[in-house]
Amino acid sequence: MTLTTAAALDPAVRDALGGLLLSMADDEFVSGFTDSEWTGIAPILEEDVAISSIAQDELGHARALYELLASVLDDGRDADAIAHDREPDAYRHARLLDHARGDWADTIARRFLYELADEARVGSIGRGYAPLADLVEKLRREERYHRMHLVAWINRLAGGGDDARSRLEAALDAVSADASTVFTPLDGEDVLLREGVLTRRMAAAEAAWRADLTGILVPLGLPLPSAGGAPADGRSGHSDAFRWLRDQFTMVRATEAGATW
Amino acid sequence: MVMTAPVSEATVRDVLATVHDPEIPNISIVDLGIVERVAVTANAIEVELLPTFVGCPALEVIEASVVEALAPLGRPANVSFTWRVPGTSERISETGRARLAASGFAPPAEPSDVRCPYCQSALVAMDSAFGPTQCRSLFYCRDCRQPFEAFKPI
Repeated sequence: MTLTTAAALDPAVRDALGGLLLSMADDEFVSGFTDSEWTGIAPILEEDVAISSIAQDELGHARALYELLASVLDDGRDADAIAHDREPDAYRHARLLDHARGDWADTIARRFLYELADEARVGSIGRGYAPLADLVEKLRREERYHRMHLVAWINRLAGGGDDARSRLEAALDAVSADASTVFTPLDGEDVLLREGVLTRRMAAAEAAWRADLTGILVPLGLPLPSAGGAPADGRSGHSDAFRWLRDQFTMVRATEAGATW
Repeated sequence: MVMTAPVSEATVRDVLATVHDPEIPNISIVDLGIVERVAVTANAIEVELLPTFVGCPALEVIEASVVEALAPLGRPANVSFTWRVPGTSERISETGRARLAASGFAPPAEPSDVRCPYCQSALVAMDSAFGPTQCRSLFYCRDCRQPFEAFKPI
């Protein structure tokens, strides 16, 4: 059966779906904002344009996901309120995205691992909730450009001489333990599977991601992220780097109550 | 009491064909393929649009242009955006593709099939998949030595 509107949801499905949407939206939102920190200072002009364009895509995806979440929760909050009016600890992005922007190698390592993880997660969304399935179908068409770009940068840095390669290796090491947090088990995963909102568990999506990573990193002699599965608390307990970023992206809203996107 | 004349769906579509892309004035939103559904009810005109990119910042401008263009028809226009049907670059009409080229933009194609919009040469190189807007890539023509932009296939 396919659920086509938020009005048809029973409370258990609503809660579980809300948790999934919040994790996806917060990931795209935080990733997009961190990317936008490069606007104006990326290594070369074309990259400045590219990372800014990717940031704009991800923030657009976040908005669409927050709007969908607002319709599912139906608690009086709109997309802007959900995106901006929360305390730092209420954000549910993966710890992988809690790291500061860092240097270019840090950015490429973190974004590459996230991009492929997001692809595996998006590939786990079924037709159970039609509005999400429709949106995901559209998002995938855009994300393929991000994947191409990030894989190209991994190849370039891996083969770009000692400095580039050693920075990339250090950057991959620095996020190795947190990489799998995108697949932190969701509350209500059983419900989402039963309803066809998900077609596989987060753990199965993580295995697909790891196989995908293996095909790219191993031929380059680069390290895979730590194995052992996502920790249960992979989306809570955020860093000072995130608190700083959150102050940045809530600044307008904090200055002018009710300011919109 | 104000009487409103009957409005047909075809009339609405004719008006929408006069609403242009905010950045490329010679192409209409109909030729861009983003008009998905038009319905006329007793009290309103409903228009469903398909964004080319989910985060396209031009959406609000397009929405306002549609509302303004339909205002003379005498009933309010409700404009919404939907993902129910994916907005793809395959929806751009032949007229739309020709008009993009006339404006200096290569219409959407896989990179190996992109032609220079100025001299039609195939001797072109992609500088970057990402351009000044989300929907465009940067190319260079080695024949006429012009940089140009191409619409991304999506």
